[in-house]
Amino acid sequence: MSDAIAVEGAHKRYGEKRALDGLDLRVRRGAVHGVLGPNGAGKTTAVRILSTLLRPDGGRVEVAGFDVRDEAAEVRRRIGLLGQHAAVDEELGGRQNLEMFGRLHHLGARRSGTRADELLERFGLAGTGRKPVKRYSGGMRRRLDLAACLITDPEVLFLDEPTTGLDPRGRTEVWSAVRSLAAGGTTILLTTQYLEEADQLADRISLVDGGRVVAEGTADRLKDRVGGDRIDVVVRDAGRLGEAARLLGDQVSVDEDRRLLGAPAPDRMGTLSRAVRALEEAGIEAEDIAVRRPTLDEVFLALTGTAPRAHTTTGAGVAA
Amino acid sequence: MRTSTAAGPGRIGWALADSWTMTRRELAHWARQPVQPAVALVFPVMLLLMFNYLVGGGRGVDGDNTAFLVPGMLALTMAFGLEGTMLAVTQDLTKGVIDRFRSMPMASGAVLVGRSAADMLQSVAALAVMTGVGHALGWRWHHGPEAAVAAFGLLLLLRFAMLWIGIHLAMVAGRPEMVQAVQILVWPVGFLSNVFASPESMPGRLGAVVEWNPMSATATAVRDLFGNPGGTGGSWAAEHAGLLAVLWPLALVAVFFPLAVGRFARLSR
Repeated sequence: MSDAIAVEGAHKRYGEKRALDGLDLRVRRGAVHGVLGPNGAGKTTAVRILSTLLRPDGGRVEVAGFDVRDEAAEVRRRIGLLGQHAAVDEELGGRQNLEMFGRLHHLGARRSGTRADELLERFGLAGTGRKPVKRYSGGMRRRLDLAACLITDPEVLFLDEPTTGLDPRGRTEVWSAVRSLAAGGTTILLTTQYLEEADQLADRISLVDGGRVVAEGTADRLKDRVGGDRIDVVVRDAGRLGEAARLLGDQVSVDEDRRLLGAPAPDRMGTLSRAVRALEEAGIEAEDIAVRRPTLDEVFLALTGTAPRAHTTTGAGVAA
Repeated sequence: MRTSTAAGPGRIGWALADSWTMTRRELAHWARQPVQPAVALVFPVMLLLMFNYLVGGGRGVDGDNTAFLVPGMLALTMAFGLEGTMLAVTQDLTKGVIDRFRSMPMASGAVLVGRSAADMLQSVAALAVMTGVGHALGWRWHHGPEAAVAAFGLLLLLRFAMLWIGIHLAMVAGRPEMVQAVQILVWPVGFLSNVFASPESMPGRLGAVVEWNPMSATATAVRDLFGNPGGTGGSWAAEHAGLLAVLWPLALVAVFFPLAVGRFARLSR
């Protein structure tokens, strides 16, 4: 059986800018694939091409075995798309939206109605009544948007930065929805700026920058190459920075301006408690000490030897 | 779970079903936000009352000013529908839901057809209200119901042409702010017609422009069908107003319908 997603050498340019510059992607059926990269790396362009909203300038792009250019109608029957902005009618109510999408999927009037009710129930939106979507909270809107993707149980689901702009609770909700869909056999491609998110959800990760894939592999393998979690220590007395650095081991980065030390934390809490103890015994006062995931910049540095070309959002990955 | 298109009502059947779903979406918007469509109904009534009582329409026409003004205002109402269409389309295109429609297996033109069907329904309502107000002002038709139906048909045909011009311009303009520019331009085009005054009262060249304005053709043809006084004219355009009132809108639709549909399909470029 063919792969759920097969992209070879996809190109897309807007004037001078190459949004996609030879993108390659293979996702087997039933897998969850993460596309990780900074803003402007080409993630959204890739998703829009895969979901037939944009035509690629060149290269081969197939979804569920159908060409996105020549067999767009077949592709559309088999996909769901959760874009960065809610793709629902803000003026209408939740049920009105789902019922309309059901009709447009040609389920018929009656089936559209029952399907709408099923999905509202499943996503905790039953009882929202006639309230227009524009008065929904961000999390509710995202859930309705996700429900709208699932009207016909799509074979392939595209999620473009599904948790951007959501609070931690909204993010957890989306994550658990993705996990249950994946457990049900849906192929999922999700883009994200957060290593944490890709790590949590995806079987395999493609790291993209400048419209192409710069590294690809399982989450574990990529993480091994990155070197896992990090520990940050802010030392109060700048004069004792060197001394503190020696206590933390031999792969320590030193940022003198911010009095910040960074070191690998392979066993997370163990490293943390050893560091706290060592600093205490030496009488060095720490202002802040924390274990965190590597940032997207550090991932790029570790995997490609350079910083990403496109802009990275500060704080990406630290949220872990 | 997946429905087979082969077993369904066929491609055209689905296209019609999808278009109807999209029409219902517009109607649902109106039901939830009744102020905007209500204003769209009240505005031409306000214009009619203003020109009837204050400005004094029917300049250069002998006899009954109101009987001259009402059919002209009906034509103007149809033409100004362009703005409403444009605004609605530009607003829609900026919304995320358009992406959902375009990534679904629905008939691709249904979004536009739904828009046009809803706008046509709105226009029927506008004609009904204007006709009622005109009646209250003393305006009557004199050539029987068949001729009146034909007159309303010509008015709706003009609206249909304006609709596709509006959809096309909206997609060219792109953003709702750009609509304002067109809204301003609509006025001189609307007034360079025989809606408010007979071309004979205008200087020569201006009168010729006015006579060939598609709106003038519809207004004159509708006045003839209603049996209301019109500009006595005598020019070719005035003599053949009925023909022009059919040909002008059809020609405009023939140009702008494919342009608009093509433009919508090219959103994926």
